[in-house]
Amino acid sequence: MFDTLSDRFDGIFKKLRGKGKLQQDDVDEVLREIRLALLEADVNFAVVKDFQAAVRARCVGAELHQALNPAQQVVKFVNEELTAILGGETMQLEYASSPPTIILMAGLQGAGKTTAVGKLGRWFKSQGRNPLMVGADLQRPAAVEQLRTLGRQIDVPVFSEPSDPVAVAKAGIEEAERTGRDVVIVDTAGRLAIDADLMEQIRDISDTILPHYTFLVIDAMTGQDAVQTAEAFHNTLELDGVILTKLDGDARGGAALSVKQVVGRPIAFASTGEKLEDFEQFHPDRLAGRILGMGDMLSLIEKAEEVYDEQEAEAAAAKILEGTFTLEDFLEQMQALKKMGPLGNVIGLMPGIPKEVKDTEIDDGQIARVEAIIKSMTPAERIDPVIIDGSRRARIANGSGTLPNEVSQLIKQFREMQKMMKRFGGMGTKRVKKKTKKGKKGKSGGRVTASKARAAKAGGGLSLPGLGDGGGLDLSELGLDDLADFDR
Amino acid sequence: MELLIVILIALALLVVVGIGFVVRGRRSVEAPPRPTPEVELEPATPPVVVEAPPKPATFRERLGKARSSLGGYLGSVLSRTIDTQTWDELEEALILADVGVATATRVVEDVRAQAKADGVTDPAAAIEMLKIRLKQELGGHDIALHNEAAPAVWLFVGVNGVGKTTTIGKLGSREVAAGKNVVMAAGDTFRAAAGEQLEMWADRAGAGIVRGAEGADPSSVIFDGIASAGARGADLVLADTAGRLHNKANLMEELRKVRRVADRGAEEQGGSVTEVLLVIDATTGQNGLAQARTFTEAVDVTGVVLTKLDGSAKGGIVMAIQTELGIPIKLVGLGEGAADLIEFDPDMFVDALFDSV
Repeated sequence: MFDTLSDRFDGIFKKLRGKGKLQQDDVDEVLREIRLALLEADVNFAVVKDFQAAVRARCVGAELHQALNPAQQVVKFVNEELTAILGGETMQLEYASSPPTIILMAGLQGAGKTTAVGKLGRWFKSQGRNPLMVGADLQRPAAVEQLRTLGRQIDVPVFSEPSDPVAVAKAGIEEAERTGRDVVIVDTAGRLAIDADLMEQIRDISDTILPHYTFLVIDAMTGQDAVQTAEAFHNTLELDGVILTKLDGDARGGAALSVKQVVGRPIAFASTGEKLEDFEQFHPDRLAGRILGMGDMLSLIEKAEEVYDEQEAEAAAAKILEGTFTLEDFLEQMQALKKMGPLGNVIGLMPGIPKEVKDTEIDDGQIARVEAIIKSMTPAERIDPVIIDGSRRARIANGSGTLPNEVSQLIKQFREMQKMMKRFGGMGTKRVKKKTKKGKKGKSGGRVTASKARAAKAGGGLSLPGLGDGGGLDLSELGLDDLADFDR
Repeated sequence: MELLIVILIALALLVVVGIGFVVRGRRSVEAPPRPTPEVELEPATPPVVVEAPPKPATFRERLGKARSSLGGYLGSVLSRTIDTQTWDELEEALILADVGVATATRVVEDVRAQAKADGVTDPAAAIEMLKIRLKQELGGHDIALHNEAAPAVWLFVGVNGVGKTTTIGKLGSREVAAGKNVVMAAGDTFRAAAGEQLEMWADRAGAGIVRGAEGADPSSVIFDGIASAGARGADLVLADTAGRLHNKANLMEELRKVRRVADRGAEEQGGSVTEVLLVIDATTGQNGLAQARTFTEAVDVTGVVLTKLDGSAKGGIVMAIQTELGIPIKLVGLGEGAADLIEFDPDMFVDALFDSV
């Protein structure tokens, strides 16, 4: 059920490997898998059909270029088509020349509008603006109270009054003008797209306040219905963009693709956690990988950048590649890793991690034990655990509140890990050679990977035939090949 | 062992990949300042329309205004004789209702084989066979809400925004109207104003309410709620919990604790936790199955409440939840009033699956 597209592809690709050219049958089989994967990611049925047709058109009779095997090429097409639908650009907000800039939020019940208003308020504040939040959801009990609480937390004023939603919205704009707020965000009650009365009401609100931006708030877990809902809201309100919420869940977010396809408006923001700062401008190119189940490498990299010190990181990478990584380094890396959030989440972002590993129950408490053990070692022991004998082991176990056999187990496992790392390092080097045949010689695997991912970041579909560095291809290569090699 | 391997893979990838990025010296991500107000997603269904005369809604009545039976979508199926396309379209209809590819394919293939064996050629008959099959799969479960204990505790769980608080409000009104002495426990201490929201429902329904401070330990609030119910001889405790995404291990751990504490609290009062209801939003897609699986692993879910079925979404994912995990759907929400929360009816549900919007 939770197989990623890359898992599926892997099987097909094994068969395709060594084939020089894509046959019709191969394409059909791959397309069936793509269909299944997209449907399981909740992409709308009709959108999937169109998508399949587009990929088929590109695959059949496509000139195969030398750098890629057929499987990689299909993934490249798929990724490019996905990215094309999602749009490559992050939406840029323009502020009204005569403030305030007015933003209207709309959506179904429970999509996360009120929270999104708070997060958006915080975001505008961080952009140096002075937002006012207007609570025009007079329907749900305590909705305004919820918004006021959020307002207190982010220190942004909230306006509301117990009248009717249209009047509140109007008065909210006047309040902003009077108090010199330059952005107004209007929260509205959740409503079903088929509720004619309430849709009429939100149209009235919109006609009254004439928003500069109207955002539809959509839950990333939404299924096939996302299309109907988005169409209905779009027909009523002329949306300018979409805010995708609860993207920190494990839903693949195919609804976003459907919505983008039918409404043709960009996804402006994504909400990625429960805290108010877990909210960012949406990077369309990244969702492609997620929908395909290829992980979200770029988000991962950004997270890594936040917690890793550049030089340390470079040194650690070098050590890994050389196989001189010690327990001391391990400890440091583990601590940095912890800052990126629960390990399970981090792993979830990585492409191509085998399913068994992703499913492993990861107890962050266990990490703490490992940490305690290493911290109880002397510097010499951390560098060369071979010197740890019975009495040292007993001391470490005592110091860390663990058992001596846990200590030995850790050391044993660390050795195996070292071996694996060396192999990984070897792979990196191999890759360097492969990839820089004619170009400048990369110094380390890390650098090459960097340039590759930079290419990926620049957006899919840029690659020129003959160059191996196109968009999602990198992700797929990393995901499929490296891990496959890694397993061996 | 596994754990370390995982860490290792993580480290290795991070170091080799992540780090390369640091090196390239790209402008560092504008890491925004981090004040940490904690707030959660909005709950579900809105309003508290003062209950009109509590005439229980039916699926058909509620859905009638939104959907025309067997219109549009399957109309074309009916106008032909059965062929491959017929079955494809039936499968498509199920997929569009969020039933999921696996379940849709399995059921349609089975029925197709049966139709072939029986020599069925009339598309209307084929649709009927499919419906009967679906109804069979969904039927036969115990969908009663158990309250054979005093106090009986019903715990409500689910991801954010599905309508837990609202469901408790409606169910509370219903049970009070049925003569029960009800206490609501505001175990959602996380989302801003969730407690206020539940209190407004409790006031309206005439139920008791126990609240804790925002950020209080949910287990203790629910424990207090149960103790209070025991003290005043209440029949039923409806315990709210904060919405949580099922992939957040720490929040699921918190929920396990809530369950343990609720069990103990109920026992102390001579009652027991008789229902753990997973609330699922009808708009939920394939992720619903993962939600159900994880929640039931954590707190042993006894039934599903399917909310917001009065919209254009069909809630087909509950088919997979029931058939794959054996968790029965007990209640459905068909509107905003308290009377719109009704018992699940497989026949009506299946008929509605095929209705066009």
